[in-house]
Amino acid sequence: MGYQLAKTEAEKLLHQWTRQYDVFAPMRMEGEGCFSDTDIIRYGKVTKLDDIVWDQKSDYSFKEVLLAINETLFYFTEDQTTVPKGPEKDILIFLRSCDLHGVKRLDEIYLRNGFEDFYYGRVRERAKFILMGCPKTCASGFCVSMGTNRCENYDAYLKLDGEWAYLDVRDEELEGFLKCQAGGAEEKPASGRISAAAQLIVTPDFAEENKEKVTLPKHLSNESFTKEIWKEYGSRCIGCGRCNFVCPTCTCFTMQDIFYRDNPKVGERRRVWASCQVDGYTDMAGGHGYRKSQGDRMRFKVMHKIYDYEKRFGYPMCVGCGRCDDVCPEYISYSNCVNRLAKEESEV
Amino acid sequence: MKNEYIPQLSRIREVIRHTDLEYTFRMEFKGDVKPGQFFEISIPKFGEAPISVSGIGEDTVDFTIRRVGKVTNEIFENYAGDQFFIRGPYGNGFDLENYRGKELVVIAGGTGLSPVRGVVDHFAHHPEEAVSTTLIAGFKSPKDVLFKDDFAFWKDQISVIQTVDTAPEGYEGPVGMVTKYVPELKFKDLSNAVFICVGPPVMIKFTVMEILKLGVAEENIWVSHERKMCCGLGKCGHCKIGSTYICLDGPVFNYVDGKELMD
Repeated sequence: MGYQLAKTEAEKLLHQWTRQYDVFAPMRMEGEGCFSDTDIIRYGKVTKLDDIVWDQKSDYSFKEVLLAINETLFYFTEDQTTVPKGPEKDILIFLRSCDLHGVKRLDEIYLRNGFEDFYYGRVRERAKFILMGCPKTCASGFCVSMGTNRCENYDAYLKLDGEWAYLDVRDEELEGFLKCQAGGAEEKPASGRISAAAQLIVTPDFAEENKEKVTLPKHLSNESFTKEIWKEYGSRCIGCGRCNFVCPTCTCFTMQDIFYRDNPKVGERRRVWASCQVDGYTDMAGGHGYRKSQGDRMRFKVMHKIYDYEKRFGYPMCVGCGRCDDVCPEYISYSNCVNRLAKEESEV
Repeated sequence: MKNEYIPQLSRIREVIRHTDLEYTFRMEFKGDVKPGQFFEISIPKFGEAPISVSGIGEDTVDFTIRRVGKVTNEIFENYAGDQFFIRGPYGNGFDLENYRGKELVVIAGGTGLSPVRGVVDHFAHHPEEAVSTTLIAGFKSPKDVLFKDDFAFWKDQISVIQTVDTAPEGYEGPVGMVTKYVPELKFKDLSNAVFICVGPPVMIKFTVMEILKLGVAEENIWVSHERKMCCGLGKCGHCKIGSTYICLDGPVFNYVDGKELMD
């Protein structure tokens, strides 16, 4: 149901949510960018509406909330293993439409592809999603081309406009915070009382057109492996893996065992984000590896995003957020690469 | 929800030394296992490694481990009277039904014999279940030969060609790559012949080429692939080729699908 309320009241609502939920949203981390005196926008725990960066796309996606960059699977002490505690509170994640489509991709791999993942599952089942609108397109996104610019499955939508906040709340539990405050019989603790929530129809802002437009090639196959385009990208790519780390749909990790310097009998097994572009990704014990050249790795990544994943699960993996294009230090544009593949097909 | 990442402690029952670098560890395990499946074996602090099952006992599984990496080095150093952590089995494994009543040829290179040893051993103990069983096993040199005791038994039960790539002067026995022996195979009915080919990627490639030259249909060939696998659960991504996860969909593939797996 839609609501209009004063921003100050929305602030109270967020405050009430924080009692039950850890609220994660894109924040500006000042001075923490890659270069000196630059900021970075990435996910962190927020307590105020103004902590949230509304007018820019986050450099890193929401995925680190559900899938820690570095996650302890268990601690070991000689023969014993101990699993760390899961999240103590429920989780609310502010994100945009492209990223909400990304959640579906993470779920596909972590909940459905083969085994169900215990660690992802226990965070995911406590997570709810609050949609941030896109009144205009971001510079590099191509969500319209990927069909991810619109979404239905958000738990709530929140928009700030001057001194007003607009909400479309679909999740009963989240709505409960509003309803009882909007004049209902049951009241939450009086300190957080939210007043004057007017009910109306609120429709999310969705980007309807992007500057970047992408056409997916239709005829990729193993024969696409020999295309010259991969060699060209291979000569530019430095294999840093940033494109994977900013991607809301990349899910790979590597196992890592560590032990404590003070007591080497005790340690932990972790999983850390991995990149298919970085050396060692396919290396087996003994040193044999596959896809040694950056060109082959670029081909592997691009084809995974727009072809291989779809072959397995029925829809493309890429959600068109454009973050990989933004972050590449070599100015390699994935979207341009995809367009070139499609163009090559049309020229044949 | 079951936490698949938690390994269980497994006691080592027996260690069989094949060469300086390759031992078979017989580990305690209760549960269903098929030849060709694999476990993640680990020693805390050193990490996990995917190792295929090389033998299946009543309450044991065998792992034939080659000392090549961080985990396997540690396994060799610390095995004495000890235990490891294991989790599994993972992967599809070989389905014996595909080979019953057929003229079965198993071609293995080096440690590639481990995943398929269970199949060979089954038909060596039950030769009547197949029309014929032939094993072509290649090793680098006579000192690299694995499963010597098995070979002694198998040689009486099934036809065995055990070859080495190179041998010192005076070595008696077949020398040369496994591919050399494929064209010499004789069949009662080629359309009833089935092949399993396991080994390093290059060996698989050239051996399958030789098998196809005989006129064998692709669907009568099975291969098993090895890859880096951190999870065995379809999550970590390292073993993915195209749309296939080796850990979930393989490691055993009929060649009709297996030939599409290109890096």
